[in-house]
Parts: sequence; structure tokens; C-alpha cells
Amino acid sequence: MMATIRETLAEKGGWLRLAAVCAAPTLLALAFALAAGWLVPGRLTPGTFMRIFGLVDGPHPGFRRNHAKGVCVKGWFEGSREAASLSRAVLFRSRSPVVGRFALAGGMPFQDDEPEKVRSLALRIMPAHGGEWRMGINDIPVFPVRNAAEFNDFLLASRPDPQTHGPDPSRMAAFLARHPETQQALALLKTRAPTSGFADDTYNSLDSFTFINGEGTTTPVRWAMVPEQAARPPAGPGVGRDYLFHDLIEALARGPLRWHLVVTVGGAGDVTADPTVAWPAGRRQVDAGTLTLVRAESEDGGPCRGITYDPLILPEGIAPSDDPIPAARSAVYARSFALRSGEPEIASAISGADIRLGEP
Amino acid sequence: MHPVEHFSLFARILHWLMAAMILAMLFIGIIMVTTVEPAYHRLVDLHRPLGISILLLAVVRLVNRWLIRVPPLPNTLPPALSLAARLSHIVLYVLMIALPLVGWGMLSAGAYPVVMWSGFVLPPILAHDPALFAVLRRLHTWLALILFGVVLVHLAAALMHGLLLRDDVLPSMTGGRGNRTADDSAS
Ligand code: HEM
Ligand code: HEM
Ligand code: HEM
Repeated sequence: MMATIRETLAEKGGWLRLAAVCAAPTLLALAFALAAGWLVPGRLTPGTFMRIFGLVDGPHPGFRRNHAKGVCVKGWFEGSREAASLSRAVLFRSRSPVVGRFALAGGMPFQDDEPEKVRSLALRIMPAHGGEWRMGINDIPVFPVRNAAEFNDFLLASRPDPQTHGPDPSRMAAFLARHPETQQALALLKTRAPTSGFADDTYNSLDSFTFINGEGTTTPVRWAMVPEQAARPPAGPGVGRDYLFHDLIEALARGPLRWHLVVTVGGAGDVTADPTVAWPAGRRQVDAGTLTLVRAESEDGGPCRGITYDPLILPEGIAPSDDPIPAARSAVYARSFALRSGEPEIASAISGADIRLGEP
Repeated sequence: MHPVEHFSLFARILHWLMAAMILAMLFIGIIMVTTVEPAYHRLVDLHRPLGISILLLAVVRLVNRWLIRVPPLPNTLPPALSLAARLSHIVLYVLMIALPLVGWGMLSAGAYPVVMWSGFVLPPILAHDPALFAVLRRLHTWLALILFGVVLVHLAAALMHGLLLRDDVLPSMTGGRGNRTADDSAS
């Protein structure tokens, strides 16, 4: 065999043949490295966000990299006929079990509850025969940035200064100077009047999606979970580090809590690609169904820890829009989920004992 | 010139179709996990059904290979290289089947719906188990990188046969005609 190769090399163009044999796999490997971004430093990846969350919130293995402090809840969702005209998703025509999670925004799993902190509700709606829908929604009116790159810069601008351990105001000022849309969004966020707790709070999709009905008609939508419980202002700073969660557990022990899925239909000219911009008031709204939550469970051994509320797990009848944030969330949540699932489980701030204490 | 014993037409079609699909999958996979752009979602949506198609085709191909004789490697090849060739083909088959199974299994263990296309979801093949999800997710990466490595060596070997040794190995898969065999040149 070696003799044949030596003969070939001795021929005219023989070395070219050898070069071709080596070049093909080398070029393919190079193309792969390029595709992977290994040769382009600074490409924004899910890994970048893992590093940034670590920088901003500190390392917290075993926990979600954002919205780390939370509690699981269970209940069901019952769709309304009205929504069925906008989307053919089966969950609007039935009653489906729900596993949800209330949380505080931020990657600190043991942060103290405070009235102004951003609260969230995540839902996994599971119709019996498939057509699952997951969402993660927040109690703020708009998102502060338009896309993943801006969110990265925004987080970096808010990271604690190694000297003072507080945020560096000049960094945020520099970011805001470049981003008038974030200034406007933050101004809207400031007008948010916090409610007394999780139970009487309204949670917004912020991102835009598309509903598709039986005829194939598409409708741009945003939605909110609006509580049946009357919204009350915070009674005060609250007693204890976990008072928001304890209040929720006690409320659920007293009886079911209900929210209405209020879907807002986008009108002409309403932007879907930019979650920093609120849609004008007065848009058509549809009561798409009722969420009933009946019990809380600790994340420890609970049904919400081992899943991720990926906002692009959508049933047939709901599709993404041109909003770039959900795809970024999908990619980043997948990474956060894979990392934390491989790390040792650490007891959640809200333990099983907290839940039993809250129950009569 | 002399007649070449080819792989059956069906085997050749499967080989080249799957080579294109697998290379596409490796690139789709590595691009999607390193982006946070809207392409992420579109690529993952493509990755799942394409990967499951590879799994189905690989099973058909394996059965076909058991049923139909494959051309022998040239006897001029040193035994160690023949063995390496045979082993590398086994590794390729194992990975063509294991990699999509691990993909399907990890999504099952992570309680993700294994969506093929809107409205069609495969059943889970593993029970929900986040720790297992984490292991399989890492395994999927490593198996994919190993597959890519073996494909690179396989490509280099095929070109060595085709361009330097000029034996019947490359034409047996391209369906082309024999050039000059090692035996011809030795005579
Ligand atoms: C590019 C923008 C964003 C990034 C990088 C990001 C990142 C993250 C990460 C890493 C998690 C943890 C996921 C897990 O481990 O399962 C998370 C959770 C969450 N995010 Fe985001 N997020 C973004 C935008 C948003 C937006 C716009 C909303 C609301 C509309 C939102 C709402 C939530 C909620 C509710 C959770 C908690 C889910 C749960 O309770 O498990 N996020 N986010
Ligand atoms: C993802 C890419 C590829 C995979 C997974 C793959 C897989 C395989 C496998 C399993 C075989 C054994 C025969 C069979 O059962 O079908 C084989 C044979 C072969 N492949 Fe590939 N292949 C790939 C790409 C390529 C490329 C790019 C070339 C050439 C430039 C090539 C050339 C050959 C040749 C010449 C044979 C015949 C070897 C013999 O005679 O035993 N393959 N390939
Ligand atoms: C021959 C078939 C397949 C190949 C070559 C392949 C290749 C890859 C590669 C290269 C990656 C990137 C790995 C990394 O660096 O993390 C990946 C990720 C992934 N693959 Fe596959 N894969 C295959 C089949 C499948 C199948 C059948 C499924 C599911 C049904 C699947 C689901 C996934 C998922 C969910 C990810 C990760 C997405 C994320 O974490 O954001 N793959 N695959």
C-alpha cells in the first residue's frame, strides 16, 4: 500500500492529490469550528448568559439562573369558547391540569421578599391528549429591552461593582444614553403599583405571539393573567424574609385562587417585534379561560423544579411572532435547565415545612 | 479499466443521502446551541424531525446491509487498516442510531414534548428524570463530536483510496468505474 502511495506521489500532480486528501477534512473541521463560533470571540450564546447571571447574581448551583426563588402550584385551566375563535389550540376547548410556579425575578434563590421586587408566574398547561402550553409571565407592564444582545448589555450595566458591591450608576447611565426605548420602558415600570402579594397580582406575557384559528386566520396577541382576587396595595414591608410566599401558601390553604387569561388582540400598527412598547389601551380583549390554583408545593421534590417553562413550548394553534425575545429565552432556558439538572439539589428557600405551616 | 463490485444502488443512495443529512445535522446542532437569535427556534424545529428521519433510515440501512452482500475491501490493504475500516463503519452505525435515540431520550427525560411538526408529537421513550436529562444532554454533545471526528477520518480515508491508492473503494460507493487497481500498478 505504501508503495502505491509513493508511486502516486512521484507522478505529476501527485502532491496535489495528497494535499486534497488532507485539505477536505481540514476545511470541514474549520467550517464546523466557525459554525460553532469557536473562532469568533464575543458571539452571544446561551453560555454568555450563564456567565452574566453568575456575575450579576453570584453562583447558585442547582437553582434556576433567573427567577431562582419560587414555589410550585397545582390546579387547572378551563378554556372559554370565545378564545376558540382565535386559536384552535385544544386547551381552549377543555379543562386541563396545570403545574405552575410563582417566583421572584433574579438569580438569587434566598433573596428576601420585598413589595417592589418583580414577581412571576410560570404555567404548564397539559391537555389530556397533547397540545401542551408553557409560559413564564411577569408582573411588569413592558420588558426593558428589545432583544437578547440588549438584555446582555443591560445585565452587564447593572452588575455589581467589585469595589462597592453595588451597581455602578455610571455604567447604567451610559447604557440608557444609548437606549431611549429602555428609558421609556423603565419609566413605565416605575408607574407599576405593586399589589399586596402573588395572589392579587396581574402577570403579563410582555412578548407577542400569534394565535391561529380553525380557518387558518392568524392574530397577533399578548396576554395577561388577571386575578379574580381584588388587588390590594401592600400592607407594609411584610413580616419575614419569605412573607410573599407564606401569604400565598396561606391563601391557597383557605381556598382556590383564580385568574382570567385575558388575551389582547393587536391592532393595525401595533408592534409585535418590540416588547419594550406597550400596545395602546382600548384594544379588543378576550377572556380566554380561567386558571384555578388549589395548592402549593415546595420545589423540593415538587413538580415544577425538574422542568423549564420554555415560552416556545406552544400547542398547535399558537405560534411565535417576530418578537426575538422568546427564541432567546428558549435557548437560554434550555442551557439553564441542563446545567442546574446536573448539579446537586439544594433545599429551596420555601421548604415542605413552610407549606405545612401555612396549611391549617 | 476493469469492472468494480459496487455497493447496491439502494445502499449507495442511502449512504449519500444520509451523509448529507448527518453533516447538515451536525452543523444545525452546533449552530443552534451557540445562538440566541430567532434562528435557534427554527433550527431546533428542523433538528428534531431530521434527526428522527436519520434514525429510521439507519435502521433500514442496517437491515439492508445484513441482507445484501457488500463488496470486500481490497486485499492489498494491510490487515490493521482493514480492521480499522470495519470498526469505523461499526462505530458510524452505532452513532447513527444512538445519537438520535439519545436526543429523543433526553427530551423525554427533560419532559419536553418531542415535536416533529406542529400537531405531531412523539411519545416519550424515558420517564421524566431531570438528572438523567442532564447526563443525556451532555452525552448527546459528546456523541455528536465523536461522530463528527469519525466522519472526518472516514472522509480522509475515502479520499486516500480515491486519490492516492486509486483502488476500487471509492467507486464502490460512488458507482463510478474502476481506475487502476493496486494490482494493476503492481504488475
Ligand atoms: C433575553 C431575555 C431573557 C433571558 C436571557 C431570560 C433568562 C431566564 C432564565 C435563565 C431563567 C431560568 C430558566 C430555567 O432554569 O428553567 C428564566 C426564568 C424565567 N423568566 Fe426569563 N429571561 C428573559 C426574558 C424574560 C421575559 C421577557 C419574561 C416575561 C415575560 C421572562 C420570564 C421568566 C419567568 C416567569 C421565569 C421563571 C420560570 C419559572 O418559574 O420557572 N423572562 N429567565
Ligand atoms: C456523515 C457522513 C458519512 C457517514 C455517516 C458514512 C457512513 C458510511 C458507512 C456506515 C459505510 C459502510 C458501508 C455501508 O454500510 O453503507 C460507508 C462506506 C463508505 N463511505 Fe461513507 N459515510 C459518510 C460520508 C462519506 C463521504 C463524505 C465519503 C467520500 C468522500 C464517503 C465514502 C465512503 C466510501 C468510499 C465507502 C465504502 C467503504 C468500503 O468499501 O467499505 N463517505 N460510509
Ligand atoms: C444523527 C442525528 C443527530 C445529530 C448529528 C445531532 C447533533 C447535534 C449537535 C451537534 C448538537 C449540539 C451539541 C452541543 O454542542 O451541545 C445537538 C443538540 C441537540 N440535539 Fe441533536 N443530533 C441528532 C439527533 C437529535 C434528535 C433525534 C433529537 C430530538 C428528537 C435531537 C435534539 C437535540 C437537542 C434538543 C439539542 C440541544 C438544544 C439545546 O440545548 O438548546 N438531536 N444535536
